[in-house]
Amino acid sequence: MNRRRLLPIALGIVLLALLAWGVTAALERLARPAPAAPEAAAASPGAETPHIAATLFYASAEGDSLVAVRREVALAEGIDAQGRQIVMAQLGPAPAPHVSVIPKGTTLRAFFVTERGDAFVDLSREVSTAHPGGSLTELLTVHAIVNAVTANLPAVQRVQIMVDGKEVDTLAGHVDIRRPLSRDSSLVREPSSL
Amino acid sequence: MRGTAAFTIAILVLAPALLVQAQGTPPASPLTLITRDARRPVPTTLLSGQELIALDDVAALFQVSVMEDSLTGGVTVSYRGRTIVASADQPMASVNGRVVSLPSPIVRSGRRWLVPVEFLSRALAPIYDQRIDLRRASRMLIVGDLTVPRVTARFDTVGPPTRATIDISPAAPVTITTDQSRIILRVEADALDFALPGAGNGLIEQIRAGDQPNTVTVLLAGTAGTGRAAATTADNVTRVAIDVPAAAGAPDDTAAAPPPAPAPAAEGLALTPRRAFQTVVIDPGHGGDDAGVRGEAGAEEKQLTLDVARRLRQRIETRLGLRVILTRDEDRASALDERAATANNSKADLFISLHANGALAAGVAGAEVFHLRLDSAGEDARSEAAAEALTLPVLGGGRRTIEVVRWDLAQAAHVDASAVLAGLLEEELRRRVPMSPRPVQQASMRVLTGAAMPAALVEMAYLTNPAQAAQVQKDDFKNAVAEALYDAIVRFRSYAEERQAR
Repeated sequence: MNRRRLLPIALGIVLLALLAWGVTAALERLARPAPAAPEAAAASPGAETPHIAATLFYASAEGDSLVAVRREVALAEGIDAQGRQIVMAQLGPAPAPHVSVIPKGTTLRAFFVTERGDAFVDLSREVSTAHPGGSLTELLTVHAIVNAVTANLPAVQRVQIMVDGKEVDTLAGHVDIRRPLSRDSSLVREPSSL
Repeated sequence: MRGTAAFTIAILVLAPALLVQAQGTPPASPLTLITRDARRPVPTTLLSGQELIALDDVAALFQVSVMEDSLTGGVTVSYRGRTIVASADQPMASVNGRVVSLPSPIVRSGRRWLVPVEFLSRALAPIYDQRIDLRRASRMLIVGDLTVPRVTARFDTVGPPTRATIDISPAAPVTITTDQSRIILRVEADALDFALPGAGNGLIEQIRAGDQPNTVTVLLAGTAGTGRAAATTADNVTRVAIDVPAAAGAPDDTAAAPPPAPAPAAEGLALTPRRAFQTVVIDPGHGGDDAGVRGEAGAEEKQLTLDVARRLRQRIETRLGLRVILTRDEDRASALDERAATANNSKADLFISLHANGALAAGVAGAEVFHLRLDSAGEDARSEAAAEALTLPVLGGGRRTIEVVRWDLAQAAHVDASAVLAGLLEEELRRRVPMSPRPVQQASMRVLTGAAMPAALVEMAYLTNPAQAAQVQKDDFKNAVAEALYDAIVRFRSYAEERQAR
């Protein structure tokens, strides 16, 4: 008799526990922000992603100077994050008819700005190992990076280029990059816009 | 603004008191304090070879308070809650807790404390509200955010026509006024920091500071015609090219002038001065695993640079009898510092680094010459070198000035001579090989920074240009470049020896 009474009670407790778990899980799901939203945004950097108009630098069609080109770069929160976006855009392919002065395969390892207003741009080794050489091309590479950062981040006065996390003498044997460099407009021709 | 006004009033009130010299010997020329509203001499004194300024004067000029600490034998200087602590025992000061070095400890002279003038730029400047810029070489103490570009000049050809170049760095707009006897350059600046040649040349009697703090006057000889001047700006330097023809019908007395009388022999025991020009170091760029730029038809930068370097060495050794050292005489890699060290260790009088260029577009062609552009650290090194030069006695009597400069910024002391060298290289190259549209450039070239002598980098041609890649493999081209470099070296040797004779 006791056994016959105990069985429905036990089943009732189990049902109540399942019900409680189900209600809690449903409430948690309602309270949590939808996890699918950022993934969808990252997968399609389309019209809804806010952008800024940034000035980036490429070799002129003649190849003997830099030209400043206005391009859209994703808006980011904070100077370090915005700097990363700008440098990554600068490392990307150039819009026709211009030519990128950054060796192919170069990636951004790190970007940060110190309290003194010096930005540190840490690039992968391809910026040096894949560099075609020559003083002119090396000057264009160095100053495209320095100018892109200083032209778009007013708080940054100077840029220290690093390779694979280390300070280096030069990228290809000519231009001294041991210390932070200031913007140099002497290699830049008249701006154009796309 | 209020700070500037208070500062000016302090100068006006205290000027008579400031003219009272502290103990010691006064320096050859006083330090000039330059603010937006005033220019005043600041009294300093030389004590044991060190230039000192009275702390009382510093207190009055900069509105700082000075408290003597008898226990530690030093002083505490305060300015708006920030402090400098310095003692008579150590050549250093604690500036808001950070230690900075001074060339000598502070000194008590009677009832006054004297501090090295570097105290202003190294200890006071970091805590002061306005910029303090001490330029000892030109005897200027600049207070406030003023524009004071450096003005250098050189004579390019004696002529007629006599040609000279005046460089204003950093660049500033220039207004040029010309009349029969002179050319006046008015620079948009608060003042000018002059480093001008002492004497004139050819049809230019003198290039000197003008009547206003921001003007330069080029005085023309009586036989000169109307001079022309044109300003261009590149690489943050405004360059004014001066061209002075002879007056129509004037006798060409420049050419007919008798040679200058030989300098009288020094009396008594004197050391024979070292000749200005004995050793040339040529640096063939790249080498070993580092081939440099590769062009069509197998042209390689490392081979071209070594080939031309050997041709140039042969010309200098056989025709001038000078010692020539190549930084590499075979196909091997060599670090950039090692190349500059070769030049420094051999006490070279000239350093030329040879390269060939590369561009992303095949159309780019022509030779280019680079000389060093100083960054802020280099500019600091140049002023520090002038400020901290040591004068030491040498065997046989007399004294010798030793420049103190960071080894990796050794070129800072030679940038003016290097600019002359670059100009001569460009002129001679232009006569023999195609030049790029930007034939002379200033850039922070790593191999030049450590060279403690006039130095330049020559890019002979673009190997990425198919025509030039084929051209550089021919003997004609390599000989033409070697000949041009040789002629430029001969001209630079004359310049260096003339400069030493002054």
